[in-house]
Amino acid sequence: MQATSRAFKENVHRALRDPDLQAALTKMRQGFVERRATAAARLPEFEALRDQGRAIKDHTLANLDFYLTRFEERVVAAGGRIHWASDAEAARTAILEICRKAGARTVTKGKSMIGEEIAINEHLALHGIEPVETDLGEYIIQLRDEPPSHLIAPAIHVTREQIAASFRKAHTGLDPDRPLREPRALLVEAREALRGRFLAADVGITGANFLIAETGSTVIVTNEGNGDLTQSLPRVHIVLASIEKLVPSLEDAATILRLLARSATGQEFSVYTTFSTGPRRPGDLDGPEEFHVVLLDNGRSRMLGGEFQDMLRCIRCGACLNHCPIYQSVGGHAYGWVYTGPMGAVLTPALIGIEEAGHLPNASTFCGRCESVCPMRIPLPKMMRHWREREFERHLQPARMQVALKLWAFLARRPALYRLAVRIGAAALGVAGRRAGAFGRLPLAGGWTRSRDLPAPEGGSFQSAWRAGRRL
Amino acid sequence: MSDERQAILASIARALRREGPEADAHAELELRLSQPKPNLIPRRAADLPHPERVALFATMAREADATLAELPSAEAAPAAIADYLRRENLPPELRIAPDPVLEKLPWSALPLLSVSYGRATGAEAVSVTSAFAGIAETGTLMLTSGPTMPTTLNFLPDTNIVLLRAARIVGAYEEAWTLLRQTGAMPRTVNFITGPSRSADIEQTLQLGAHGPRRLHILLIHAGPAD
Repeated sequence: MQATSRAFKENVHRALRDPDLQAALTKMRQGFVERRATAAARLPEFEALRDQGRAIKDHTLANLDFYLTRFEERVVAAGGRIHWASDAEAARTAILEICRKAGARTVTKGKSMIGEEIAINEHLALHGIEPVETDLGEYIIQLRDEPPSHLIAPAIHVTREQIAASFRKAHTGLDPDRPLREPRALLVEAREALRGRFLAADVGITGANFLIAETGSTVIVTNEGNGDLTQSLPRVHIVLASIEKLVPSLEDAATILRLLARSATGQEFSVYTTFSTGPRRPGDLDGPEEFHVVLLDNGRSRMLGGEFQDMLRCIRCGACLNHCPIYQSVGGHAYGWVYTGPMGAVLTPALIGIEEAGHLPNASTFCGRCESVCPMRIPLPKMMRHWREREFERHLQPARMQVALKLWAFLARRPALYRLAVRIGAAALGVAGRRAGAFGRLPLAGGWTRSRDLPAPEGGSFQSAWRAGRRL
Repeated sequence: MSDERQAILASIARALRREGPEADAHAELELRLSQPKPNLIPRRAADLPHPERVALFATMAREADATLAELPSAEAAPAAIADYLRRENLPPELRIAPDPVLEKLPWSALPLLSVSYGRATGAEAVSVTSAFAGIAETGTLMLTSGPTMPTTLNFLPDTNIVLLRAARIVGAYEEAWTLLRQTGAMPRTVNFITGPSRSADIEQTLQLGAHGPRRLHILLIHAGPAD
């Protein structure tokens, strides 16, 4: 997908003025946050499991080459095939080739963020193969021709009226006057529309929540069951996964699974967790005849051993989005690419470049809630700060901001001068604002005063008060 | 293709600052794969006496919107299923997994019930399967694919009825892995199923029966044919 992260500021203004989006985000704030807290509190070992989850992923990442080759061996031993892809193009090429060999006309798809990352739908469509998203949320946004706005709730920004309108347009042949007001009616209609697509598809593509080195298994976690229909009905199953999804053993997967649903939806466990190992076996009555795993790197191996390695622990639960005051205010589309919220603010610059995504690590109040709820204890605010530093080093910020930061740095390194400047500044503002007590408008600070007043200083600075012994 | 493989593995080795193969370290890693050890198991699921394990399974499965009936033996299943179908106003037609244990149940005692065996094709309303195990900590069923258990039965029919022997209920996921390893190789598909299908993708309103079954009915068998 074409990134619009450069236009973050314009995207934000649009999002803040969108009443439907704001209503959806308010609901999300109440739902996800409360349910996660309840689920975590119900499991006394939750915090200890977070430590173990982090340790499992750290260990795997430190030995990623070993575990990847073991995983490959087991997949091949089970009769599957591995397709290594160092970038998006290699992955698209591999998938198209498998589909062509299978003579595929339609491809059903389980929800996959990697699929969005490599824009596989566009690529297949371009080559005459029709991709059909089967997760209800993904199906809705595919009909609307827009990207997902949330990791686990891709259509969270869409109202039921908008869904009804999309369904009336897409599902021709049904009574145009049928009632579609209730969510139930929409669900039933989507279920029926997709049933035929599941049965007719030639290839099914799913993502993977985990890859297991011990057994060569791929794991998907869903609530709808669409992923399972996608992978068990067509003749060919393609798993599209990135290299950091690996864990050593089934036991390690179990530990992280205890964290995933609770952090994502607040469920004790998702409805369907499916472990797939190779294609159909002799005597099996169903299942795919071919089993392919496309292993995508796309910039991840470069993150190993550096200040962004911790990001590779991410299990895509969406808890950081749900708890982020920025995401809660602007939703996912403002971020302009596949990954949104705090995890997107860290991951997107690593995958598409800080030049493209420089605004995202700045979209943070550094309140730290993302890190406090991250099941894998990823230090998201710290990594956003690393990106800000890189942005500054490479002179990517606007000239005015760079001059201001340099001036501040100059002063901050000279305490006497700093105190003098602050005293003069505070005194000047204090005098100028004495009458009103606050500023409604200030030169160079229009961004601040447009939506709130700046209180006028009462004269002294914090440092002078501290020195005078007034310690509050 | 192998160029891509080389490129990725080389990039990882470079990033991790590896010089070459590290034999000692590998031995340790191999051990982690050949003798996997459980991590922390929540107290809720650890070392529960069997009756409490069964009770926890039932509570958690019901919480996940499954329905559950307890039967003294597997032979009671056909009559219980016929009752269930009547109560839920479902057609008296069953697609049953071709599992010898299920095949030899007294279906013929219920002439109004039409039964067939095999995979699901999309036309069947109700499936009957047999679970490999139950996991108490979250009320999760574990089903394994094979010639006697087609995976499609878990997903295509509107109603999924699953027989689970109480003796096969374990506390934690890890115990289920241990049970599975005792049977040999990893099956092609292992399904963990916790309640019926659902989605909250329309305005964050939770609804049951998205693409998979709208109803999951568990028959908990307290005794029955030996293994």
